Amino acid sequence: MSERLLTISPSPHIHSPLTVPQIMRVVILAMVPALLFATWQFGLGAIYVSSLAVIFCVLSEYVIVKYLFRKSTTIGDGSAIITGLLLAFNVPSNLPWYIILIGSVASVGLAKWTYGGLGNNPFNPALVGRVFLLISFPVQMTSWPEAHPVWTLDGATMATPLGLLKEGLRAGRTVPDIMGELPSLTDFILGLRAGSLGETSGLALLLGMAYMLYKKVITWHTPVSMMLGVVLLSGACWLYDPTHFAHPLFHLLTGGVLLGAIFMATDYVTSPVTQRGMLLYGFCIGILTVLIRLFGSYPEGVSFAILIMNAFVPMINKYVKPPRYGAKPSTQKH
Amino acid sequence: MGLRHKLSTFRIGGVHPPEQKLSAMVPIAPLPLPRMVTIPIVQHIGKPARITVQRGDSVKTGQVIATHDGFVSSNIHASVSGKVGIIEETMDSTGFKHIAVNIRVKGDEWDESIDRSDTLITEITCEPKEIVERILAAGIVGMGGAAFPSHVKLTIPEGKHVDTLLINGVECEPYLTADHRIMLEKPNEILVGIRILMKALGVPRAIIGIEDNKHDAIELFEKLLGGQTAISVAALKVQYPQGGEKQLIQAVLNREVPSGGLPADVGVIVHNVATTFAVYEAVQKRKPLIERVVTVTGKDVKTPSNFLVRIGTPVIDLLNAAGGVPEDAGKIISGGPMMGKAIADLEVPIAKGTSGILVIPEEEAKRTESYNCVRCGKCIEACPMGLEPYYLLLLGRKGSPEKAEAEHILDCIECGSCSFVCPSNRPILDYIRLGKAEVRQSKAPKV
Repeated sequence: MSERLLTISPSPHIHSPLTVPQIMRVVILAMVPALLFATWQFGLGAIYVSSLAVIFCVLSEYVIVKYLFRKSTTIGDGSAIITGLLLAFNVPSNLPWYIILIGSVASVGLAKWTYGGLGNNPFNPALVGRVFLLISFPVQMTSWPEAHPVWTLDGATMATPLGLLKEGLRAGRTVPDIMGELPSLTDFILGLRAGSLGETSGLALLLGMAYMLYKKVITWHTPVSMMLGVVLLSGACWLYDPTHFAHPLFHLLTGGVLLGAIFMATDYVTSPVTQRGMLLYGFCIGILTVLIRLFGSYPEGVSFAILIMNAFVPMINKYVKPPRYGAKPSTQKH
Repeated sequence: MGLRHKLSTFRIGGVHPPEQKLSAMVPIAPLPLPRMVTIPIVQHIGKPARITVQRGDSVKTGQVIATHDGFVSSNIHASVSGKVGIIEETMDSTGFKHIAVNIRVKGDEWDESIDRSDTLITEITCEPKEIVERILAAGIVGMGGAAFPSHVKLTIPEGKHVDTLLINGVECEPYLTADHRIMLEKPNEILVGIRILMKALGVPRAIIGIEDNKHDAIELFEKLLGGQTAISVAALKVQYPQGGEKQLIQAVLNREVPSGGLPADVGVIVHNVATTFAVYEAVQKRKPLIERVVTVTGKDVKTPSNFLVRIGTPVIDLLNAAGGVPEDAGKIISGGPMMGKAIADLEVPIAKGTSGILVIPEEEAKRTESYNCVRCGKCIEACPMGLEPYYLLLLGRKGSPEKAEAEHILDCIECGSCSFVCPSNRPILDYIRLGKAEVRQSKAPKV
């Protein structure tokens, strides 16, 4: 008995079951509904692009860590899988393999490991990859396949609702006129529209959000405040002039707002640490998204808005503090 | 029950570790006398007591063996009768070495002034000054774990006005049930103890804070109190670390102790239920603090128990009485799993502040791999003081005491919630402790 060696360590002696690999598993599961919908909607292309992106991202992570950093592998933490899936969610489902490879290397190599890996990157890796591709391959990145089941890799392509809106407005048409040619709001919620692989179905994305909230992996602060920012600014513009500005629900349900709010802006590493900070951060992303959409030259602004706000996160962390116990001085006289 | 209670709790931070109150239904049983006790002269916050016995002296149970040295100190009594053995430096349950008096047990002959009967004495004849003197004489310290001398807490600083006595029956640490059992088995004594403390402090009201996982204790006190208004029960929603003094004050009274201040700054004095029981015994029975209730528990402990144990009894005796040390024991903790200290040696003695002995199985004893901080903010959400633990870790590791102090590192109550929730399993509290020590060191006068 007295021979037994007891472990000595400081308290606490128990730990919550939620660990980084487990969190990553929850996030991956939360993306499954959107992935399934994309498969139904875009057919083989969705699976092809997603698998390639995941494989390339994990491979990049493995090679970089093993041969550049000469450290033990980090693919077990699951973050490269998520980066791959998110990159795939943010691109058209008919993207050629070499563009996916370049995007993956940009995501994992440029955005993540130049800063020292998980936890150290200031910008969302998948979004850096996406924007890198958008600038490098503008044509391929904006040719979306038709939004109905096509079990081939070479389908006809079409523009997104946001693209059609921007084009129509440039041509001098009014919003109600353009809207007549676009799918209905119900179609938007279900996801029956053109768009990037994982962004189309609001319903599938919200399902993922509900799961992550239930598992306490994310809190409501960032997604809700971002959606609020989008709805408030686009709503104000719409009230001001409905012939020039689209309905706030149109802005909420098109493009990457829901995907961005639920899966991109909630990335731990590149978002603020306090809940107050998350509210500010999310709201600003919403506002910036709408500003870019309404007044910028790009039809869509979610990626840019998130990346811009990523840059402000260190500042938000510095100045936005949590409510502190006992911060007020005593009311009693000493 | 049910709807009658609107459960309150503290508002900042908090976590929900599994409760694991395995011994909640096990009545308190007196542990047979050990052959030998080891009584450290430091079992409290403050100066060590001064030893008044010598090797070879015969002592009776309850006799003073070391007297308090100054105001913030405490008397130490023989918890058994017998012969004083060697007096030497010994490791205590917190891992520090202190001078301790060994007593070889012979019979159980008590000091004559102690009333050993079970009769409940409800009439309080002592005047406030006398109450404080008897508590000081009995060597009573906070039995919830901090072991702060109780008579000090009963002496309200000049210029402060106290209106409420809070009795801490929260016992928020997982596994521990000693306070729960004492509330169920000695409620009348505790109520007298509360009235004694109220009289000593001159406060008009007292509130007993109990978490909702101890329904039976809440109901029992409500029944015994009847319609009485001076003393009441506050049922609290289960959340760790509600038993922290500051959190309890916020939960029950919605007041916040200012940073760096004391409960008296917001008109409150807090005492633990076990301490309150000890106060009853000290004032009404003249019984010093020579024994306490200790929970012996753990997933693989054969018979999780609540023992009434003489101070100075070696931990191994308690474990043997609870069915022996489990085969796969990997870590043995004095206290609860969140704030308790791992002990290296099973011969260390039970002290006045030891509320439990917890056995952790081998596979849960060691920490698992830690990852980079992903800035998920979970430690901030969990911190009951509203601090930013992830950042305090960096400051503690870098050694920047000025910055750490500006980030209020000294407000940390070391509850462990941050390390508990960290999904990257980072040693947050370890570095915060280091940072706190650095801040204190940088402020200490240079010699």
